[in-house]
Amino acid sequence: MGKGSAGSAAKGRREAAAPSWLVAQFPAPLKRGVVHPGAWWVWALSLGVAATQTTNPLLLGLLIVTSAYVVAVCRSNAPWARSYGAFVKLGLAVLVIRLFFAVVLGSPIPGTHTIVTLPEVPLPDWAQGIRLGGTVTAEAVVFALYDGLKLATLLICVGAANALANPARLLKSLPGALYEMGVAVVVALTFAPNLIADAQRLRAARRLRGRPDRGIRGLMYVGLPVLEGALERSVALAAAMDARGYGRTAQVPAAVRRTTTALTLGGLLGVCAGTYGLLTAEGATYGLPVLLIGLAAALAGLWLGGRRTPRTRYRPDPWGLRAWLVTASGVAVAALLTLAASLDPVALHPGVVPLTAPTLPLWPSAAVLLGLLPAFITPKEPS
Amino acid sequence: MIRFEDVSVTYDGALEPTVRGIDFEVPEGELVLLVGPSGVGKSTVLGAVSGLVPHFTGGTLRGRVTVAGRDTRTHKPRELADVVGTVGQDPLSHFVTDTVEDELAYGMESLGLAPDVMRRRVEETLDLLGLTSLRDRPIATLSGGQQQRVAIGSVLTPHPKVLVLDEPTSALDPAAAEEVLAVLQRLVHDLGTTVLMAEHRLERVIQYADQLVLLPTPGAAPVLGTPAEVMAVSPVYPPVVALGRLANWTPLPLTVRDARRRAKDLRQQLEERQGNAPKGRGELRDQPHRTRSRKQPAHPELLGANHPAQTNALSVTRAHIHALRHITLTVTPGETIALMGRNGAGKSTLLNTLVGLVRPTSGSVHVGGAVPHKTAPKDLVRRAGLVPQEPRDLLYADTVRAECTAADQDAGAPPGTCRALLSELLPGPGIADDIHPRDLSEGQRLTLALAVVLTANPPLLLLDEPTRGLDYAAKARLVTILRDLAARGHAIVLATHDVELAAELAHRVVLLADGEVIADGPTSEVVVASPSFAPQVAKILAPQKWLTVAEVREALA
Repeated sequence: MGKGSAGSAAKGRREAAAPSWLVAQFPAPLKRGVVHPGAWWVWALSLGVAATQTTNPLLLGLLIVTSAYVVAVCRSNAPWARSYGAFVKLGLAVLVIRLFFAVVLGSPIPGTHTIVTLPEVPLPDWAQGIRLGGTVTAEAVVFALYDGLKLATLLICVGAANALANPARLLKSLPGALYEMGVAVVVALTFAPNLIADAQRLRAARRLRGRPDRGIRGLMYVGLPVLEGALERSVALAAAMDARGYGRTAQVPAAVRRTTTALTLGGLLGVCAGTYGLLTAEGATYGLPVLLIGLAAALAGLWLGGRRTPRTRYRPDPWGLRAWLVTASGVAVAALLTLAASLDPVALHPGVVPLTAPTLPLWPSAAVLLGLLPAFITPKEPS
Repeated sequence: MIRFEDVSVTYDGALEPTVRGIDFEVPEGELVLLVGPSGVGKSTVLGAVSGLVPHFTGGTLRGRVTVAGRDTRTHKPRELADVVGTVGQDPLSHFVTDTVEDELAYGMESLGLAPDVMRRRVEETLDLLGLTSLRDRPIATLSGGQQQRVAIGSVLTPHPKVLVLDEPTSALDPAAAEEVLAVLQRLVHDLGTTVLMAEHRLERVIQYADQLVLLPTPGAAPVLGTPAEVMAVSPVYPPVVALGRLANWTPLPLTVRDARRRAKDLRQQLEERQGNAPKGRGELRDQPHRTRSRKQPAHPELLGANHPAQTNALSVTRAHIHALRHITLTVTPGETIALMGRNGAGKSTLLNTLVGLVRPTSGSVHVGGAVPHKTAPKDLVRRAGLVPQEPRDLLYADTVRAECTAADQDAGAPPGTCRALLSELLPGPGIADDIHPRDLSEGQRLTLALAVVLTANPPLLLLDEPTRGLDYAAKARLVTILRDLAARGHAIVLATHDVELAAELAHRVVLLADGEVIADGPTSEVVVASPSFAPQVAKILAPQKWLTVAEVREALA
């Protein structure tokens, strides 16, 4: 019950912060939903946007350390929270692959500092422009390193979002009209782990029949039974969901139904036309207004469509002061780094030709550190 | 509350209706038990209440089913969700969300209840089912009994008038089953919920039922009545009723308590007979286990290779959990051992270690002199055969014939061995050659898997939870088969929750708890001493050590 008392202390603060209508409508949550999952996604994606603004390895490293620290402090013990490590590994893999290509396939970066000369494979005429082997310059390697690091940082930021926010809870925040689609996605997400568990079990069962249980052949033979089992489970789940009221619809007047259809279709057409207008030279004048009107109509259609489902939400994650602060800290990092990129491009993009040692620009670094804010304002999410 | 009016259900493609002439009413606030052998259409009747039959399964339903005044013909399952709560056989396929609290709220969200109502009901249900400490836990990490309670809780929160349960306790150990049944009892008594439930393990549930609906054979009209009346004519009955029938008690006792009150004369009678022939009972029970101490060679290590299985200080640790700790066990030929204990006590892990599916962390395992996880599968099947919890895992082919041919090849046995075994294990009409294994009944599928495993003629036969989903007739057949195999010298180890099965079959019972052996000895000594693992006959005739009705019958003959 220690968690409970800690939670209720936190509750008091959150209640004071949330808008009064929210407090009146929903009893304050006791333990869960410390920060709205949407806020974590905005924060993490903002760090990602910040990463695209610079190639300075020191700043990128700082961004990675920031995300890692926040993840380490704020993540729960739930299974999805372990995904951060997987994303870090993925980022490293991307970095290594980028370097490998730069070394083996060469790079368009002119350079003078030769590190090593690989034997060059002569290629036929039709493969002109492609080079295998040859001189590897320090400039090319450093350029690839910066570039790869930027990509890796972006991936790691997405990993941070995954680790901090339960993807299923994020889907729960979808508008009512999209709810059923959200459930389909959640069910599909649980389908894959079940499929893997089934395949492992059946492969083990092959051993009981005296057949080899390793290798590709072992996997192939269980394919059909695994799919059969998965299908049966899906049918059983569908039956259970049906019996529990999934897909109940409320009676909606015909006029509302027609308006919904008209708004959604018209809105989507408007979005298409508006986008087309924006992209063509002569449509620049009407493009933006049509796009905005279309978007508004589509959103209105979505909102009206939500009235057809009588669903309510149990303990929705409130968007409280913490969520605002988390969001703000992420957006501030992105905005300040974008500003810095236009004010001081040299510091954020250290020169490659000629090679210069990257320096740590002072105020952009301070801006990145703003991203640490969530670590200090959110208590650890109970698991 | 639930009314069936001359209902018959014919599934698409079937020539005959699956159930016919169903005509009964379940009054409000009663617990009604649906009983009958496998394949008489119990699940179909249950499905008709929630509207899943025929809206979800297809087929034609004639007659009329009404629940709380709503006709299932015009109401789809989702429109009945606020009056009927359904829990199927497998709780895992019932869950939509991933944590306990969300799962409890899911049904209410679909019905569109107000947030404050939902919150209150979730808290109430957590208390009612004793789930408060598990509220934030991911469902996948719960034990079987806990999952079953969450499944029941998840359909309780919308406050349904009717609860429909299909085999709620068959996958549970005795203690977890009692936990679930206590909850049902409370719902019926305190909240006036109407419960319609099907269950094969009558010995667990019959004392809670107000009424029984018996489906005697497929397509036959149901028999209704009080439990005592129906049990007098039912083809399926628990041991307590079997003993009552044997002793001609009327009305039949349904609980151990009833039976004990009447059993005074019987106990005396048995004592006299036993007094006349002091060894009578020892002769009845098969000899092998008596010889356990005698057969134990003076130098076990010299003869170690001859044992079907031997483990020495075996420990298995998986993901920082001690699944097994210091298990030292010797299995001798012709011996039947029942492995018992809670869900998750390590029974399956021990069986899997014996066939090399799990590597021991420390200690040693020898099966017929070989180390299982280092032996090629082809050689291992001749030493030990395991029938897994889900026999279907073992079957890949799309006909029984192909399955048998494959089994002969895998085992290197002469063609036709498996088929001959199958006919031997299942005499009578048997199983057609070109039927798909999926279309067999639970009992037939188990027998096919058993035949497949026996094709290699392993001296050690392992069965994991073999009676799940079997009715009494199929269970009796399994008992005959296994006894016969033991008499031919096969050593048999079965992991089971079914205390009656263990009492019928096992010479020796090994109780596991938290991966440790906490009791190991002759069946009569180990199970009689345990309140949850004692079979009904033992409880009724205590302090005398009788385990099964068959023993009593033979003693009285």
